[in-house]
Amino acid sequence: MTTVVPRMMGTASATRFRRPSGRVVGWVAEHTLLAVLLVLFVAPIVFVLLTSLMTVNQTLTASIWPNPFTAQNYLDAFAKVPLARWFANSALYAVLATLFMLASSIPAAYALARLRFRGANLIFLAVVVAMLLPPQITAVPIYVMWAKLGFTGTLLPLILPNLLGDAFSIFLLRQFFLTIPREYSDAARMDGASEWGVLTRVILPMARPGIAAAGLFMFFNSWNDYYGPLLYTSENEQWWPVSYGLATFRGSHSTNWGLTMAITVLVMVPVVLIFFFAQRVFVEGITLSGVKG
Amino acid sequence: MTTIASRTGRAGTLTGPVRPGLRRSQRRRLLTALVMLTPALLGLGLFFGYPLVASVFYSFTRYNLLSEPEWIGLRNYQYLFTQDPKVWTAAANTLWFVVILVPIRLLTSLGVAALLVRARQASGFWRTAFYLPALVPPVASVVAFVFLFNPGTGPVNAILHALGIRGPLWFSDPNLAKPSLVLLGIWVMGDVMIIFLAALLDVPRDQYEAAELDGANAFQRGRYVTFPNIIPVLIFAGVTGVIAALQYFTEAAVASAVASGKASVGDAAGAVAGYPDDSLLTYTQWIYVRGFSNFQLGYASALAVLLFVVAAVFLALLLRRVKAFTPEEAQS
Repeated sequence: MTTVVPRMMGTASATRFRRPSGRVVGWVAEHTLLAVLLVLFVAPIVFVLLTSLMTVNQTLTASIWPNPFTAQNYLDAFAKVPLARWFANSALYAVLATLFMLASSIPAAYALARLRFRGANLIFLAVVVAMLLPPQITAVPIYVMWAKLGFTGTLLPLILPNLLGDAFSIFLLRQFFLTIPREYSDAARMDGASEWGVLTRVILPMARPGIAAAGLFMFFNSWNDYYGPLLYTSENEQWWPVSYGLATFRGSHSTNWGLTMAITVLVMVPVVLIFFFAQRVFVEGITLSGVKG
Repeated sequence: MTTIASRTGRAGTLTGPVRPGLRRSQRRRLLTALVMLTPALLGLGLFFGYPLVASVFYSFTRYNLLSEPEWIGLRNYQYLFTQDPKVWTAAANTLWFVVILVPIRLLTSLGVAALLVRARQASGFWRTAFYLPALVPPVASVVAFVFLFNPGTGPVNAILHALGIRGPLWFSDPNLAKPSLVLLGIWVMGDVMIIFLAALLDVPRDQYEAAELDGANAFQRGRYVTFPNIIPVLIFAGVTGVIAALQYFTEAAVASAVASGKASVGDAAGAVAGYPDDSLLTYTQWIYVRGFSNFQLGYASALAVLLFVVAAVFLALLLRRVKAFTPEEAQS
C-alpha cells in the first residue's frame, strides 16, 4: 500500500496541472459527499451516547439533547444489572478462546503453508469448507455431543473446541506465513534447525502482525458472539456474556432506553479501544483474508 | 504426549505410504507436519466431519435428546416440503436478505471505497471513520438501531416529526422491519469497504495513465481498467456475502427480541422469533426454533441438510473462483 500512494499522488498532481478548475470542483464535491456521509455514519453513535446520559424521565420523551446530563445510567448499569459478571464471562470466553486457538492453529497453519506432504491440499480444502459453511448446519450433532458430556449451560462448548484449531484462524495464519520468504526458513534449516525451531525462532517473530490479527479476530468474534451463548448458556444466567445479556436484558426493562444505551456504550468500549491500539494490524488482516494470496 | 503420538500414527495413514527411499530427514519432517496438524485434524473431524454426517443421519430420525433417535425414514423431509407452516416464510425472508441486502451492501461499500481512494488528505481518518461501525458488536448495533428507529421516542422519528413527516413504525412494521435491517447493514459495511479499498489501491496506476492517453473517459476507465482489476474481489465479497446472508441470524433475532419488548430466553425465543408478524423469521432462526426451542432435533437436522445443499452450491462457486481458497500456492 505504501508504494502505491506516492505514485498515486504523482498522477494526481500531473492531472491537476492539466485541468485545474475541474479538479477543484471535483475535490469539493467529493469531500462534501464524504462529510455528509460521515455525519450519517457518526450520528447513530452520537445519539446512543446522548441518550445514555439522559434521566429516565427524559428518555420517555422524544428529546434529543440531555437536560440535565447524568451519569446515573452508567451507575445503574452495574448496580441494577449483573454487568460485571457478564463482562467477566465475556473476557473469560474471549481470552481463553484466543489463547487456545493460537496454541492449536499456529502449528497447523505452519504445516499447511510450509511443509510438503501428500494430503496437504485435501486438509486445506477441508479447512476452507469448514470455515465457510454456516455453523447452523452442524449445530445439532455438536449440541448433542456437549449435552451428553453435561457441558450445556456453560461456556465450555464455546471455549474448548479452540484447543483443536479454528478453521478461519488456520486459513488466515497460513496466508500470513505464505508471505514470509522461504529463504529465511531454508537458511535456518541449513543451520540444523528442526521444523519446530524454524517455526518458533524464524516464522513466529516475522509473523507477529499476522498472529496479532488472527488473535484479534478471534477475540472480537468471541466477544461479539450471540448465537453460541444463546445456544449453550441461555438457560443459565450465571454464564451469560455481555452480548447475550444486552440482547436479553432489554426484554425485562423494556422502557428504560437510557440504561440500555449506557450498557450498549459499555459493550462497545473494549472493542473500540482495542481497535485503536491495533488498527494497522487489523486492517492488514482484513485485507489479507479477502484479497491477497 | 502419549495420546498425540498415537494419534499421529493413525493420521499418518492418511497421507499414504511413506516411500522407503525417503531420506530420514524428510521422513522426520513429514512426522513433524502430522504432529503439528494433529489437533486441527481432530478438530475438523470432531466439530465438522462427524457433525456433517450425523446431521444427515439425524434428519431421518425423530429425536428429542431424552430418548434415543428413532428412524422415521423420509418423514421429516415430507413434513418440510408439504406441511411445515413457516419454513417457506423463513426461506423467503432469508432469500430477501440474499437478494436485497447483499447487493446493496456491495454497492454502498464499493461507492464509499471509491470515494476514499480519491480522498488523499487524512485518508487514515476517513478510513477509520467509515470502518468503525463495523467494529461495534452486532448485538450492540442492533439494540442501538432499534432504539434510534423506535416509533415513540427514537431520534429518527423525532427528526422526521420536526420536518413535518409522520415517522413509520420501522422495526415494528412487518413491511419495514427488513428494510430497517438493511439500513443497519449499510451502517456496518466497513468490513467489505476495507477489502474494496485495498483492491482499488492495488489497481496499477500505469493502466489508468495508458487509458487516459488513449482518450478513455472516466466511465470507460472504470469499465475497462478498474472493473477487470477488482472483479476477483467483487466475486469474493459477493459470494461470501451470500453465504453470510444464508446464515443471517443475530441481527434478525435480536431486532425481534428488542423491538417486541420480550425477553429472548428459553421458550420465549420461539414466541418472539420473527417479530413483527414473522417478517424477520429467517431460515436459520427457524432451525433454532424447531431444534432448540421445540427440541425437534431430527426435524431441525432435515432443515440443516437443506441449508447445506443450498450453501454448498455457493461454496463450490467460491472455491472455483477465488485463488486464495485453492491450495496450489502452498507447493511453491
